[in-house]
Amino acid sequence: MEMTRTTEAGLIARILAGEKELFHELIRPYERMVYLTLFSIVRNETEAEDGAQEAVISAYRHLASFRGDAKFSTWLTTIAINEGRKRLRKTKGAVEDSIEEKEESHEGDYTPAPLTDWREIPLEALERKELREALRVAVTELPGIYRQVFTLRDLEELNIEQTAQALGITAGVVKVRLHRARIMLQKHLVPYLKTTAPARRGFFGRAL
Amino acid sequence: MKLECKHVWEHISEYIDGSVDAKLREDIERHLEHCEICSAILDSTRNILILTADDRTFELPVGYSERLHERLARELENPGQDSKKD
Ligand SMILES: [Zn+2]
Repeated sequence: MEMTRTTEAGLIARILAGEKELFHELIRPYERMVYLTLFSIVRNETEAEDGAQEAVISAYRHLASFRGDAKFSTWLTTIAINEGRKRLRKTKGAVEDSIEEKEESHEGDYTPAPLTDWREIPLEALERKELREALRVAVTELPGIYRQVFTLRDLEELNIEQTAQALGITAGVVKVRLHRARIMLQKHLVPYLKTTAPARRGFFGRAL
Repeated sequence: MKLECKHVWEHISEYIDGSVDAKLREDIERHLEHCEICSAILDSTRNILILTADDRTFELPVGYSERLHERLARELENPGQDSKKD
C-alpha cells in the first residue's frame, strides 16, 4: 500500500518541478488515511469528506515546505489532524473542545471483560456485518483522545512513533491511550459477542 | 515468577504490539498456556484489531475518491480559485 520513499521523493521532486498532475498519484495511497483521520476527529461523514478535500488541497499548496526527513504520510496526517481540529472548533466552540480533548482521566476501569466463548465463535462470525457495525459504533463513541490514537495506530496502521509525531504527544502517552482504547473496545464488544456466541456455559463461566 | 491475570491485562496491548521485553513475554506466554480467561481476552482483543484494520469495516463514502480527485483537478487547473466546494 505504501509507496517506497524513493518513489515518493521522486514524485514530490517532479511535482515541485512542474509536473503537478502527478500529485494525484502521490495522494492516492493515502486517501483513505486522510478521510479516516478527519472522521476520527469530526465524527460526521460530510464534514470528514469536506475536511479531507481541504487537507489534500492544503498539502498540495504547501508541498514545497515538506521536508524529506519526515515521512510524507506523517506530514499529511498532521495536516489532516489540523484541518479536523479547526472544523471541530468551529462546530463545537474552542472551549468545550479543549476540555473534552485534552487529557486522559486517571479514573475509569480499564480492565478487559472476560469471555470464554470466543474460541467457540467460528471465524465466519468475524465476517458478519453486525459485528463490523458494532465495532464502528464503539470506535466512534470512544472519547476523542483515545479515538484519535486508536484510529492512527490500529486503523491506519501508523507505528507508535508516527502516531506520536502526528498528534504532537509522546510515545509513552500514545501507548497508554492505545492500551485503554483497545481495552474499552474489547469490553464494548464482548457483551455483543456473548449474545451471538453459542450459549455454552463452561467451567470459567461458573467461576466468574 | 508467576504472573497474575491482572498483570497480564496491564501489558496486553504492548504484548500484542510485540514491545514487551523478552522476560515478560516469556512470563506472559507461560501464563497464557494455562489461563483460559487471559487467552480469550487476548484472542478477542486481537480479533478486534484484525477487524479494525479490515478495509470493509470502516468504509469510505461512496464516490469519495472521485470527488476528491475532481476537486484536486480543479485546484491544479486554477490554483487558489476553488477554495470552497460547490
Ligand atoms: Zn490469566
